[in-house]
Parts: sequence; structure tokens; C-alpha cells
Amino acid sequence: MTASATATVAAFPAVETERASRDSRPLRLITCGSVDDGKSTLIGRLLWDTKAVKEDQAATLQRDSSGKQNDLGLPDFALLLDGLQAEREQGITIDVAYRYFSTDRRSFIVADTPGHEQYTRNMATGASTADLAVLLVDARTGILEQTRRHATIATLMGIRQFVLAVNKIDLTGYDRARFEEISHEFKELALSLGVKQITAIPVSALKGENVVYDGRASMPWYEGPTLVETLEKATVRSNQTVGFRLPVQRVSRPGESFRGYQGTVAGGAVKPGDSVVVLPSGMVANVKQIVTFDLVRNAAVAGDAITLVLDRQVDVSRGDMIVSIDSQPMTGRKFDAQIVAMQPEGIEPGKRYWLKSGSRRQRVTVAPASQLDLKSGKWNAAEALPMNAIGKVALTFDEQAIFDTYEQNRTTGAFILIDPDTHNTIAGGMITGRHSELGGIHKGDERVILSLPADLADKLMATEIFASRRHDAEVRHTNAGRAAELLADLDE
Amino acid sequence: MSDNRNEAEARSTAASKPPLDPHLKALENEAIHIFREVAAEFERPVMLYSIGKDSSVLLHLARKAFHPGRVPFPLLHVNTGWKFAEMIAFRDEIVKRYDLDLIEHVNPRGAAENVTPFTHGSARYTDIMKTEALRQALDAGKYDAAFGGARRDEEASRAKERIYSFRTPDHRWDPRNQRPELWNIYNGMINRGESVRAFPLSNWTEVDIWRYIQAENIPIVPLYFAEKRPYIERDGMMILAEDPRLELLPGETKQEGLIRFRTLGCFPLTGAIRSTATTLDDIISELETATVSERQGRAIDRDQSGSMEKKKREGYF
Repeated sequence: MTASATATVAAFPAVETERASRDSRPLRLITCGSVDDGKSTLIGRLLWDTKAVKEDQAATLQRDSSGKQNDLGLPDFALLLDGLQAEREQGITIDVAYRYFSTDRRSFIVADTPGHEQYTRNMATGASTADLAVLLVDARTGILEQTRRHATIATLMGIRQFVLAVNKIDLTGYDRARFEEISHEFKELALSLGVKQITAIPVSALKGENVVYDGRASMPWYEGPTLVETLEKATVRSNQTVGFRLPVQRVSRPGESFRGYQGTVAGGAVKPGDSVVVLPSGMVANVKQIVTFDLVRNAAVAGDAITLVLDRQVDVSRGDMIVSIDSQPMTGRKFDAQIVAMQPEGIEPGKRYWLKSGSRRQRVTVAPASQLDLKSGKWNAAEALPMNAIGKVALTFDEQAIFDTYEQNRTTGAFILIDPDTHNTIAGGMITGRHSELGGIHKGDERVILSLPADLADKLMATEIFASRRHDAEVRHTNAGRAAELLADLDE
Repeated sequence: MSDNRNEAEARSTAASKPPLDPHLKALENEAIHIFREVAAEFERPVMLYSIGKDSSVLLHLARKAFHPGRVPFPLLHVNTGWKFAEMIAFRDEIVKRYDLDLIEHVNPRGAAENVTPFTHGSARYTDIMKTEALRQALDAGKYDAAFGGARRDEEASRAKERIYSFRTPDHRWDPRNQRPELWNIYNGMINRGESVRAFPLSNWTEVDIWRYIQAENIPIVPLYFAEKRPYIERDGMMILAEDPRLELLPGETKQEGLIRFRTLGCFPLTGAIRSTATTLDDIISELETATVSERQGRAIDRDQSGSMEKKKREGYF
């Protein structure tokens, strides 16, 4: 690694970081790390130093913690965060909690999820809406297997910006070499997952260094941004550059003269005069009006909750999708997906579940094909998926289904599975494409072995092409001589 | 009525209103999405209406969500009989102005057993007149979904609340057995008798509420603005001394001062703050420098830490 102490290791500045200002949408982020990494202290510190914690809340804290303060005289932040009594009694965080804080430039929504292994499902839940993941490690222990697991889950859920908070740096005597070693290892890990935007920051959450306020006094060698500065400049993902999608939530008919289709634009943009198709029926119409409470608008973009009026009588009901005529989603009865199993009963092959995506709910059977081993990053063949498993599955629908890939659209490519017996949400899933009988690393189709310089391979793996098929590729690091020998072996 | 309110009403024709900033717009879009989803998926939704600022924002969002149609569900006001008089006057005017269906419910035990905040203590009183009353009203209406204005930033136990919060047939909330909630896909499947509480304002903070009220010219109860008002000091709180039912205890004297309320509930349990904030701008700048949370004025939260979670488990909103 270079000697630069600025550990902003954004490998590809290709994605333009928008100028942060108060005029931006809230940034949603997830924090991942274990109890021992000091995650509660970090979040507590963020809330405390941005003044999101008020005096009376702190007073309640101090009353509760009965003298349990850290050595800086601050309250025990973990108590502030662990809101539920059941958790306090057990001393662990068992669910996803949402925290709010803001700076002059932006507001933030933090999904605070537990780091313990059995709670993969909670991390997946928190990551589903996040634009960025903050991964926390203890500077003394460095990258753990757990860090790898969290980074993998975050990537699967579509997060493409990572911040590595190397916490407890004070306990290493602010050891710059140690920090750089950890940053380097993390950079390799992130790149192998295809994540391009990576920032590593040496932090002492306990002392408040490089969280909201800089830690220059203790770490003059670090010239990069603080955690909050990094978050202020992070990008918010939107689906605005893809085709127009409007999942219809309800049909508004206040009188005979008006018929509007209400929903939230899930992709692209729309304006009066645009030609659209109603799926699954395939009926074509033109947009006549975009109605909102305030005014009749001349355009709407992804994220807008609107009422769409078409220029002719077509049959549209809840669960249908209105889409642009020249950029349509996939339709069909068989799709491939990755899912996270969330309940003790797991995923039973052959059982008919309810699938909900957008406003559309339909019957589906799920055939598991493989399960991700979070330790090795390999997909192993599987026929059923237990709780907390991440699996590749084939979905078979009774009727036509409508999807984009999750990689292309985080709304129209996402779904949940509901158990028809318990009505519980048993899985979250991401569409990877139309179902293909071939493909996957365990199948006997033709493969190519490439030998590349490591940096070039990293870049290649980080491209969009690989983003959706990363798990179809196997990457091994070796040296040029050994690679030449291996390839020579194949020729024989 | 205060000048601020009249001013807000005068400006309430939306035509010349500047567009919302992207932050508020995102929160508004999310709330409208939730309103529409619940209205489409449930048979008998109802909206809990408490007349406060959050309820005012909730109602405004409901009107936006279903425009140009009417709000397709009734509003439920669980009255304790001890609300500020100005709240009730405001409620009746809003219902008339926006052509809303209002259901008012008061727990009959209140009158029968003469339950008051003075005689029964805040915990017991709240349990009977709010928690029990709410259960009665929800059962009577056979509602399968109830919108509420709760925000996750309000209180620690709310931070883990789902947007669709599942409740058993006896209205219990089990914090350990909540459904996972991913993306903006909400699971509205329930059995008969079960219900969901839906919280469109989950991701809003107190400042967002005020900035939105300002941006959208939403009418609110004038008690939120500072005015010279009579009050007494009791248990460290400033209690509004306008209602004849408030009996002065030995040593208490009526005083007058420039005060306002950050939250509104039952007048004997809601403390005022000293403030000179007479406009929305004043309130927002006061809030941005505030060092105490809004619930500090609520007696019910102070019984003990974790008391909100207990009440929620028992069916309190």
C-alpha cells in the first residue's frame, strides 16, 4: 500500500460524490460490528456529539446506569441504545433499531443491527434500505471472519459504499502502521466483493476522535475525513436512471369522471404524453396527467408518490405495473433469486408461499439450489435453507410475475416471502434474472481460466458486469510464476 | 385564537407554495406510500387522531395520499375528558373544514368510577382512560389497521418499532416477535381478530415535523405558540390553570407568564415550557438549540425508564 496516511482508498472515483448539502435526501446507513468492537459506543458517540441526545434522556440514562459511566464521565451509551427491557436484561441487542441524527448538511437514519452470528436476518433487514455500511473493527484484533460475513451480506443486499471504522485506535497507541495494515486487508476484501467506494478511518469512539470531531491532536498522521464528514459526502442511491416503473397500489375513483392509478414511482421518470404499458395485461396507453395534492405536475421521478391518469380506458388494478414502453421489465413464471431465510422453520422446498413485491402478491414455490458459506464465500449445493441461510433459489409462479434484476432496480427486483400458515415474513429476496437451467459454478458448462495482474483483476471484478455474477467467478491470488505453471498444466 | 394560526390559514391556499426540500419530500413520499398500502390491503382501517402536531401532519399526509378522493377511513379520537379546551375546539373545526368522519370514544369507566388524573395517579389514569379506552374503541369498530403518528426518535422503545406493528387479538405488542420488515415491502397478512398499527411518521424527527408544518402551512392548535397564559407549578411542571376542575393545593398560586407546549395531551399531565416562540420560525430555532427532549414534559414517561415499553405491551399506542 502507498505511504499516504490518507486512508481514503476509493479505488474508483468514477461515481461522483454529490456535493453534500441540507438539500439532500436523508442518508440511510447500517452499522455492523460486534458488541466487543464498541458499536454501541460509536453510535452513542455519534448521537451525543451531534446533540441528538437531550439532557433529560441522558439524565434517565445516568439514573438507570447507577454510576455505570465510562472513564470520561459520559453515560453508558449502550443503555441509551438498547431500548427494550428484555434486551437490557440479557445485555445484548436482539433486533434492528433505527436512530436519527443530523448535521448542518444532512440528516441520517442509522439501522443499528446486532453483530452476533445468528442474527444474519436482522442485518439483512437493516441493509435492505441502506445506502452505505459502516463496518466496525477493533484495531487490536483487526479484520475478523465476522467482518467478512457482514461485508458479504451488505454487498448481497445491494450496498456499494463501505466505511471501515478502525475503533479503539487509542489502545494501540495510535499505531499508524497497524491502521494501514487493517485498511489494506479490508480494501482487498471489499474489492473482492465488488465494492468500489471504501473509506477507512482510525477512530476512538470512546474519546470521540474522528467520529464527529477530528482526532488530529492524537493522530497527526491521519489527514482523511472524520466519520461524519464521510457520511455527509456519501451518495444516495436512486432508481432514476432506469426505465419508468409504477407499481399500482390502488385505483382512485372519487367520481365517474376521474380514474387515477396511485403508487410510488419505482424507477425512471414519467411525463404527460409518454407511452406506457400496463403489465401483465400488455395494454398500451399514454399518460394524460400526473396528479398530486399540490398541483398537476409536468413530470415525476423515482421516489415520488403520484396519481397517474391515462388517456384511455384500460383495465388496471392493484398489483399491476405501469412501465415505459421502450424499457420494460422481465415477465415470466420462472425466476432466479437470492434469498435470506428469516424464521426458524427455514425454507421448505416445494411449499407454496406468498411472494410480495411492490404491491403485487402472488403464489410461488421455491426450489433452493445452493447455500452461501459465509466463511469461505463459496456456494454449496443445498436442498433446503435453514434460518439465517443465504441461498440461491428458483422461483416458480402460478401466474405471470414482473421483475427487474435487483442489481438494476432495488425496488422492482426485491421481494419478501410470507408463510401462508403463520402469515410471518420468512425471507427477503433479490431477483438475479430469469430462471436458467444452466449456469452456476457447480454446473458442467464451459469455463475460462484467466491469469491477470492482481490490480487489474480487482478492477475487473469491481465492474458492473461482475456485480450480478460475482459468485459465478472463482478468484485465487498467486504469483506470476506459479500462475504460468498452472496454465501450463492445463495445456498438457 | 392566536395570530399565527390565522396567518397560517390565510396562507393555506397552496398555489404559490415553493416545492418541498428533498429531505421532507422523501419523508412525505414514504408516508403517502404507507397510507395507500394500508388502505388497499386492510378491510377496516382507522386513523388515531390525538389533535397534536404529529396528528395534524398525519392528517395532512392522509389527505395528500388520497387526493382527489376523500380520506377513505374515519378518525378516532380517544378522549379522556381532560384535554385542553382549545384542542377540542380545534378538532371540531378541522373535522368540519376537511369533511372528515370522526369517532370519539371516552371510557365509560371514567365517569362511572370518577377516574381523574388527580385521584388515580398518572399511571393508573393513563391505563384506564387511554390504553383501555383505545382497546375498547378498536374492538367496537372491528378495525384491522390503525394509523398512528408515533415516531421512532421519540423514545427508546420506539426505536425498534416496525412501520407495520403487528398486534394480537388482545392488542398486545410482543417486541421479541416482530415480523422482519425489508425495503418498503410491508406484510399486511393477518388472521381475523389480529390487527396492525401502522406508523407513517416512523422516520420523522421532531424538527422534521415542525419544518413540514411550516412548509405546508398546516394548521395546529395555538397552544404550541408562546402566549401569556395562567399556570401553576406542581411536581416541577408548569400546569395550565384555565380549567375550573384544577384545584389549587395548599401553597400553590396562579401565576402568569409567556409559555407554550411542546406536546399536547391531558392538561393536568402536560407541562409547559417558558418560551418566547410565537412563530414557526421561532419554534424551529428554539428546537434546534433545545437541550431537553419533547417528552420531558410528559408525566407518564417519567414513572420509570422503560415505562413506555410496558404501556406498549399492554396496548398503549
